[in-house]
Amino acid sequence: MEKLLGEFSFGLFIWQTFIVVGLLLLLRKFAWNPILNAIDDREEGIRSALQSAQDARAEMQNLQADNERILKEARAERDGLLKEAREIKQKMIEDAKEEAKTQAAQIMTQAQAAIESEKQAAIADLKQEVASLSIEIAEKVTKESLSEDKKQTQLVEKLLKDVNL
Amino acid sequence: MKKKQFISAIFFVLSGFFVQASDEALKDEETSGDLKSEIKAYIRHHLQDTHDFSVGSYTTEEGKKKYIGFSLPVILWDDGLVVFSSGKLKHGKAVHRVGSKYYKLYHGKIYQTNAEGLISYDADKHVTNSKPLDLSMTKSVMTMLFTSALMFFLFRGLAQSYKRNGSIASGVGRFFEPIVLYIRDDIAIPNIGKKHYKKYMSYLLTIFFFIWFLNILGLSPLGINVTGNIAVTFGLALLTFLITNLTANKNYWAHIFWMPGVPVIMKIVLAPIELLGVIIKPFSLLIRLYANIQAGHIVLMSLIGLMFIFNNWLGSSLSFVLAFAISIIEVLVALLQAYIFTMLSALYFGFAVEEHEEAH
Repeated sequence: MEKLLGEFSFGLFIWQTFIVVGLLLLLRKFAWNPILNAIDDREEGIRSALQSAQDARAEMQNLQADNERILKEARAERDGLLKEAREIKQKMIEDAKEEAKTQAAQIMTQAQAAIESEKQAAIADLKQEVASLSIEIAEKVTKESLSEDKKQTQLVEKLLKDVNL
Repeated sequence: MKKKQFISAIFFVLSGFFVQASDEALKDEETSGDLKSEIKAYIRHHLQDTHDFSVGSYTTEEGKKKYIGFSLPVILWDDGLVVFSSGKLKHGKAVHRVGSKYYKLYHGKIYQTNAEGLISYDADKHVTNSKPLDLSMTKSVMTMLFTSALMFFLFRGLAQSYKRNGSIASGVGRFFEPIVLYIRDDIAIPNIGKKHYKKYMSYLLTIFFFIWFLNILGLSPLGINVTGNIAVTFGLALLTFLITNLTANKNYWAHIFWMPGVPVIMKIVLAPIELLGVIIKPFSLLIRLYANIQAGHIVLMSLIGLMFIFNNWLGSSLSFVLAFAISIIEVLVALLQAYIFTMLSALYFGFAVEEHEEAH
């Protein structure tokens, strides 16, 4: 300990303290503060650059997701439209068929009705004709009956032959 | 290529000790003893601060001792300022007269003597001559001034390179910037905390590079031993002590004088212990740095001295290999001690500004 104290040089201590404090103050002004500030600024710059890159990437992803969603929606809409169109087509065909069928059926019934009425009319006509013919024949028969039976029969036959139905 | 440069640098460092070691065989007639005591004297001489900057000495054919180096100013306060060149003292061989006073260099210290340069001793072999206050620009002071200048230009250059080069370091700053960042991110912020670390950064960076550069210079061929000088480490530790205690918050003082969360009796017992701790912490800093560097220099120089004691090819080459290995380790120790000093300073600053959420 005594040797240590003997080695202690007060002058060197004074100089050392003076030099270190001076160096500290000088370096703080001319070196450390500018260096640390520059490093801080640079780090801040890097951090903000990284942040903005990340933001940009996130935005891009968002956009991409949006695009995909829109595309998907569009596709779904198209599919829906197509399906609907197909359904409408099917329905139209079906409807047309149905209508045609009913129309056809209607026409048939009308035709049948017309035929029936025609037939009825024809039958009525025929009946009338037959009646008038019968009357005519009867007239002639009655006129001929005055002569003979044979002739009468011949006449009826002849008349019947003349009748053209 | 890099490796080659590294190895040649190591050899250069080591060769410096060779120069000194070979000098030593010729040195110091006054310690006219055997080789061992000569080496011992040489090592002791190396560890001391000197008033001139000499890297070695040799003896001329006429038996005169010549020193390679230059003189430094001697500044004394002896009832007034006394300034003269250390060359006037002729390495302790001459008495220099200033006015009516005579000064003599004796074992690295300047004493006031009579005209004949008489040094008188007391019973315990202590010098009784009066000692003026020595504020000389010694070798250590010159080395510190050189280191300061080097640091100033180096780091101002780094600071300016940011402006010139768009926030990116250029040149030698590229090497030092990661170290600055390391001190900030791995020493200051973890120990002090993000809130307060900024105001300590200048000090931490300054002492780290100051100690590191001086340690490395101590391994240079110039034979410098600054950080192995107790006055220097004392000055550094004192600064850490002052900064710790002057920036401490009331929490820190509460933990020293009135430890929260313990019984009153314990508070009274703890107060003197804690108060002692305040002084012991920086004291450990000063002793650690001093002892490590001092021991490193002693071991390295002893191993080099061993080469001359063995004086045969086997022993000498063996101690050469050892000295080589130790100097590589010393390069590491130079960095390590700077790191530890900075680290512990940061830790103490951390204690000083620590904010406790609740008593514990």
